[in-house]
Amino acid sequence: MTYEFLVASAIGMLVAGAIFLVLRARTFQVVLGLTLLSYAVNLFLFASGRLVLNRPPIWDKTVSEYTDPLPQALVLTAIVITFGMTAFVVILALRSFLETGSDHVDGEDVPCSGDDSGMGKGE
Amino acid sequence: MIWLDHLPIAPVAIPALAAPLTLLLMRRRARWGIAIAFAAVLAMLGSALGLLASAGTGAVQVYAVGDWPAPFGIVLVADRLAAIMLVLAAVLALIALLHAVVTGIDRKGWHFHPLFQFQLMGLNGAFLTGDLFNLFVFFEVLLIASYGLLLHGQGPARLKAGVQYVVVNLVGSSLFLIALGLLYALTGTLNMADMGLRVAQVPAADQGLLRIAALLLACVFAIKAAVVPLHLWLPRTYDVATPAVAGLFAIMTKVGVYALIRVVPQVFGEGAGAAAWVPAPFLWPAALVTAIVGFAGVFTARTLSEQASYAIIGSTGTLLIAVAGWQAATLGAALYYLVHSTIAGAALFLVSDLVARRRAGFADACSPGPDFAGRQGVGLMFMAAAIAVTGLPPLSGFIGKLLILKSVAAQPGWGWAWGVILGTTLIGVIGFARAGSAVFWKTAPAGEAGVPGDTASADWIAPLIALSLLAVLSAGARWATAYGDAAAAQVLDRAATARAVLGEAGA
Repeated sequence: MTYEFLVASAIGMLVAGAIFLVLRARTFQVVLGLTLLSYAVNLFLFASGRLVLNRPPIWDKTVSEYTDPLPQALVLTAIVITFGMTAFVVILALRSFLETGSDHVDGEDVPCSGDDSGMGKGE
Repeated sequence: MIWLDHLPIAPVAIPALAAPLTLLLMRRRARWGIAIAFAAVLAMLGSALGLLASAGTGAVQVYAVGDWPAPFGIVLVADRLAAIMLVLAAVLALIALLHAVVTGIDRKGWHFHPLFQFQLMGLNGAFLTGDLFNLFVFFEVLLIASYGLLLHGQGPARLKAGVQYVVVNLVGSSLFLIALGLLYALTGTLNMADMGLRVAQVPAADQGLLRIAALLLACVFAIKAAVVPLHLWLPRTYDVATPAVAGLFAIMTKVGVYALIRVVPQVFGEGAGAAAWVPAPFLWPAALVTAIVGFAGVFTARTLSEQASYAIIGSTGTLLIAVAGWQAATLGAALYYLVHSTIAGAALFLVSDLVARRRAGFADACSPGPDFAGRQGVGLMFMAAAIAVTGLPPLSGFIGKLLILKSVAAQPGWGWAWGVILGTTLIGVIGFARAGSAVFWKTAPAGEAGVPGDTASADWIAPLIALSLLAVLSAGARWATAYGDAAAAQVLDRAATARAVLGEAGA
């Protein structure tokens, strides 16, 4: 029970942070948000096969109880895809900033000022 | 015959092989690269037609990848619905590829052809797969290729729209994974047919989680289908995409609709216990609002391609009004309209490109410009495309809308559906007539940007093929609607699909 609470609250914190960051105006924060979201999703998928401690996922002569191997395979696929996508979105955000001169997601002629202190204020 | 047994994998395998070949050949021998791209699309069309014929008998062809049996291995399921979508994708790909090559847009960047093939691989895979996680993987394949195709041709406007498109779809993919995790935790399977059998046994305490999973999944498909209020990414994206690419993207929203038609009856259909038809009550009002917003956008759009983008949203809304009935009759009408609206939307994008290429300085803005060569011809094609999209006779849109009106008349709340469909048709007609008369009838002085556009190439071929296909679709409506109705009945018969996929165990 305690393990489940720990994992669940960790996923919840990650998702809360991710939603906050994804809704920000600037691409860098949005990319961070997407990364947090993908961490949360990976943890969640991993837990979807139930939390089992100290059990192998593949066959072993000496063991009688196993953990579910399928979520681990799913997580591996999800990690690979989200890793590639994160790399892509970073490059895309950079190119967009260099070509349009704005690092805002909606990109409506907002020049990027050097002053980036207003984390909680927004534009 | 051993070759026929392997036919279901062909639509996925052909583009997967063609993509690296075009990548290698486009550098030095561009002609060969283009030839391979065309050969691959034609082979895809051939295999799709083969599947259409073999699925037409009512058989569900199940292909176990690696010969691993169904609930454990990954299966491809080729039934009537999948075959319709495969043929539609291949036909649309042929039109878009032809337009791209004729207008020379494919040589504006290095990787148009490989990305195009990977896009087709993702589309075909999504139509064929019988496994929910595999559906996610193929969605990612088609999305990753679409990111590249959207950015094809570069420019600040495309990059700006690209960032938004990618972010929206990444969030959508995360939601998809959460829904998958929930469903796996509750049912212990990812095979759609198997999941459909097991959702009925989910204990009462977990029904809440099951509902959340179903609604999240419907949400993800609604993002792909650009259903209001999740449509905001679409107009800007399709507006800035290269027109040949936008023509191919006309099928991307229909992938979302396809996924809804496939997953909701199979997993949350009749006999799914307390969670049966959970997404249905939300889809119906959303579809009505989508149709209104889409055709209102047609009325207010400033360029022809923006108008085409909103027409795609509107037609998706009309389509979902029929889909949300979840009866064999409404789904059958929806499938006919789905095929029609995809080709009509693509034709509209290609015609807007014809205008843009001929009016240097004015592009495809809905405002009077100087006279240009071939104005009457392009104007006629625009009229035909607009007639098709709004659903006036004699093209197939009329038959499609008539079928939808007829089938929803038996539904509760049909008055709303009739009002919305007929009202949006009127708004659409006025919107297109306004844009058409501004572009093709009025003239304005050329100004300083009086350079005539490029009219040398025969760029009118691809849109003309699309429009004549719509004429064929209305001429062959009897056969097409019969096939669509049979496909709808097959989709709703979840027990038969489960038997075919899982063998006797699923009976």
